[in-house]
Parts: sequence; C-alpha cells; structure tokens
Amino acid sequence: MERRKFIRNTSAGIVVGSALWSNYALANGILTAPELAAGTKKITILHTNDTHSHIEPISGGRNHGRGGVARRAALINKVREENPNSLLLDCGDIFQGTPYFNFYGGELEIKLMSMMGYDAATIGNHDFDNSIEGLYAQLPHATFDFVISNYDFSNTIMDDQIKTRKVIIKNGVRIGLFGLGIQLQGLVDPKMYKETVYNDPVEVAKDQVRLLREEDHCDIVICMSHLGYSYRGDKVSDVSLAAVTSGIDLIIGGHTHTFLDAPVLVKNAIGKDVLVNQVGCYGINLGRIDFYLNEGKIDKGMDVVYEL
Amino acid sequence: MKKYRLENRKGTWNYSAFAKAVVLATIFLVSCNQKEYHLQKVVGSKIAIDSSLTSVPEIEEYIAPFKKSLDVQMNEQLSYNPVSMYKSDYKLNTPIGNMMATIVRTQGAPVYKSRTGKSIDIVLLNNGGIRAGMPAGPVSMRSAYEIMPFDNEIVIAELTGDQVNELINYLIERKSAHPIDGLQILLNEDGTAASVLINDKPLDTNKVYHVATNDYLYNGGDNMSFFKDTPFTSFDYKIRNAMIDYFKKVDTLTFQRDHRFDYAH
Repeated sequence: MERRKFIRNTSAGIVVGSALWSNYALANGILTAPELAAGTKKITILHTNDTHSHIEPISGGRNHGRGGVARRAALINKVREENPNSLLLDCGDIFQGTPYFNFYGGELEIKLMSMMGYDAATIGNHDFDNSIEGLYAQLPHATFDFVISNYDFSNTIMDDQIKTRKVIIKNGVRIGLFGLGIQLQGLVDPKMYKETVYNDPVEVAKDQVRLLREEDHCDIVICMSHLGYSYRGDKVSDVSLAAVTSGIDLIIGGHTHTFLDAPVLVKNAIGKDVLVNQVGCYGINLGRIDFYLNEGKIDKGMDVVYEL
Repeated sequence: MKKYRLENRKGTWNYSAFAKAVVLATIFLVSCNQKEYHLQKVVGSKIAIDSSLTSVPEIEEYIAPFKKSLDVQMNEQLSYNPVSMYKSDYKLNTPIGNMMATIVRTQGAPVYKSRTGKSIDIVLLNNGGIRAGMPAGPVSMRSAYEIMPFDNEIVIAELTGDQVNELINYLIERKSAHPIDGLQILLNEDGTAASVLINDKPLDTNKVYHVATNDYLYNGGDNMSFFKDTPFTSFDYKIRNAMIDYFKKVDTLTFQRDHRFDYAH
C-alpha cells in the first residue's frame, strides 16, 4: 500500500517537476540541464549563512541595495516551483548585525525563516549573543530544526532542544544532515554559552557520517558547518574537515563570510570529491546545489560529474 | 522457585528469538521498499539576491509592523548636533573622535567608581571604530547605531607607567586621530614628541594608570599590544548604549577639534 503511494508520488513528481523546469528554463533562456532521464532524481539544496539579522536590503556601503528577506523568499519560491524536491538550510550566525536583533532579540529572524520554509539550521557563535537563554527563547518561533552535532548541551537549557543529525526524505532520496559549530572558548564570553561543551568536529563528523550512512541509509550526506571556510595553520575548517573525512558529499559553511565564486571541490581521505560552499553573508546570495541521482548502488566505472 | 526461574528464562529466550525474527523481517522489508540512489551529477551555482527579484508581499507585510516600531524608536530625536562631524575632518584629533572619548569617560567613570572606587585616567579608542559620520541636525538612536554598529563594550585596563609609555609611542608613531582623552601630546615639526602630559602632569613610571578602551582594542585590535595581559574591569556596558545614554541627557553636542594631539606651534 505504502509502496504504491510512493511510486505514484514519484512519477507525478517527475512529470510536474520537469515540466516546470522546462518552462522556467525556456522562459529564462538558460536551458542548461537536460530533461530528467527516467529513474533520475533531482534534489536541490538551497543555503544561506551569516545572514546576521539582515531583514531589509542593505543600505549604504559597497553592498548597497543587495539582500533582503522578502526577495530571498521570492527566489526560494521560484526554485521550489521549479523543483519541489528542494531543501533550504542555514549555517548559523542568524543573529546580530542590525537593530532588529537588538530590538526584538532574533524573534523576527526566526519567524521569517519559518515562513520561508527553512528545513534546518546549525548554530553560529553569534547565535549566543543574547546568551544561551536568548537563543532558547526564540526556539518556539522555529518550525525547522536546529541541527548541531558537536555542541553538548546536556548541562544547559538547550538540552533536548536540538538534533545531532536529521534525515529528510525527498522523492524517495534519503538526505542526511549533521551540523558542526566553532570552538566557543575565546570567541564568545563563557557567561553567554554557559556549560555548552565543544567536541572535536573531526571525530564527531566521522561518527555522524557513519550513523547517517550505516544506520539511516542516507543517499546524500550534508555537513552544515559554522567552522569557517579555511585558515592558515591547523585550525579546523570546512576545507580541512573535507580532506580528513570520507562519506560527506557536501559541506556548506559559514563564519568566515567567504564569498566563493563557485563551490570548491576538495579530495577527501579516500580520494573522492567533496563539494564545499559558502555564500558570503547578510543574505546577499543564495547558494544552490543540484544533486542528480540514479537508482542503485554506485557504479564503480562511473565518476560523478560536477558542473560548477 | 527454581523451576519458575527456569521457565521464566526459557520464556525470555523464546521472546528474544521472536523479536530477532521480527527485526530481521523488518530490515528485509525495509530494504526491499527502500531504494538506494547514487550521485550521477552535481551542479553548483550562486544566485544574487538583488533588486531584480520581486519581493514576496506576504513577507514584506509581515516585516512592516516590526520595521515601523523599530523606526519610531530609532528615529526619535535624543539630542541635536549643530555642525556636521566626520572622522576625516582633521588630522590627529577630530570633533567626532573627541565626542567618542568624552562619552566613554562621562558614562564609564561613575560605573567604574561605584564598582572599584577608582577613577579613569585616560581614554583610548580607535579611529577605525568610528563607522559613520554625524550630519548636522537631530541626533537619534540610529545615529549611535550608524557610528557604532558593533557590540563592543567599555573595558578599563590598569597599565603601568611603562605600558602607558608604549601607548604614547604607539600614538606618536601612527599619528592617526585615535580618540583620546586625558592625554596631551604635542609634536615637533619632524614628528617627534615635544611634550606629553597626562591630566596636566608628566608621565609617572611608578604610577598605575586606569585606561578606558573597548574590548576589541583590549584584546589587541589595531595592534594595541600594550594592553596585553593587563588587569582589567568590564561591566557589560556597550559603547553604543553609552552613546545613547549620553545623547539622552545632553541637549546639544558641541564638540570641537582642540590641541590634545597636535603639532606644538
């Protein structure tokens, strides 16, 4: 019974999805992707980071007129029409940066993310700026999950309020998410983060990937990170994490406000490609990753094609 | 008793065998139902959010009352500024920098006194920390947010005479209009120090000086290494809030350039 429903939904999804895509692509004259072949599934990941309470378009300075939540929502709606199998994720530092945060404590930021239909967010260092209680106070406004795997909140008010990993199934494809936060000591006043314990991102990532792959049978594994894109020295970053782990398909990041022109490929610990992306800050850009998947186990003779 | 135990044990074993069978059957069923997928192609792109997109009206309408309430509070006149002030107005010291130093001293001193019984000798901020100018006209909370968008707070460090000497050398070397108060540094034409006074007295190398700054500079921002590892007091008072509190109680701002840091003649 359930299987029949699954098949029906799937075929309907493909027909509607591809029709919308062709219409959109033709209308915009950017028909770059081929029509979906039978059995191919397309999953779109949309992501933001370091939006820092930027509700309205930026006023003044070199980014004048860019960003704005109401426009971001329009773009998200457009992509969702094109591909209903889309996920919307944020990589932290939702709070702090405009008077909206100082006046409303992050309530509007979280409410708008819920309205835009965010599926998950991880936690950035600035999300502790009204202390851990200030973050906790905004949780009732979130219809999405906060996913963070390396902060142990056991001795704090946030205990049981977050997920260490999350599986979302879209059109039959199992997408696994986990989150990594930056070391808070030295970056955030301890009176703000209280007894939050920071655990080593690399070890936690290895555990989470194993759980998502082996126990949750995920087809795609995505790390939502607020570690920072890359550093000189040996401080852990998205790029260094990608290189020493395996089983991660995509790391979307934040913290360093890095404006990448395009996502970057990094070879992982077993020589496979990991995609790493970050889209600057303040809601100026929306990152978009389209995954095309075929049924069945990995064909050893086939390499994944990246169009970046 | 013994028999009962045995029976019970046997019962448990049977139950566990049954449970195992159920689990195995479930796994078999789930894996039959659950297809696996592998990546074939990945396409990445970055989409700019700009005026080419038409805002979603429902979102704009939702934001509107928050914006309105915020604007009312942000735009309320707190004080008045008769003459425009920009950090690029002059070299070595500026009206807007002198205002910032005065605000930190005026607002910080009573709190420091009540917490520690001590007084502030010197104020030192950084010119780069003044993020906007103040046009002539009404002064509002928005003015404070524009000039000081960061959440830095007032920190008062205790420096030895030698460390204050380093601080003075730093100012003389860089010749930037870093906001200062309590110090007078006059320069010769060749840029060397002609005279240095701290609250009208020469530097006393045996004295401990209380220097008000912000947490960014205290932690070595702008290469102010003389603060490193010095004892300090902070009391959770943001510079921006100090500005707002000051504007609320001062009717008209009358800051001017003076000779606190200047050439001697």
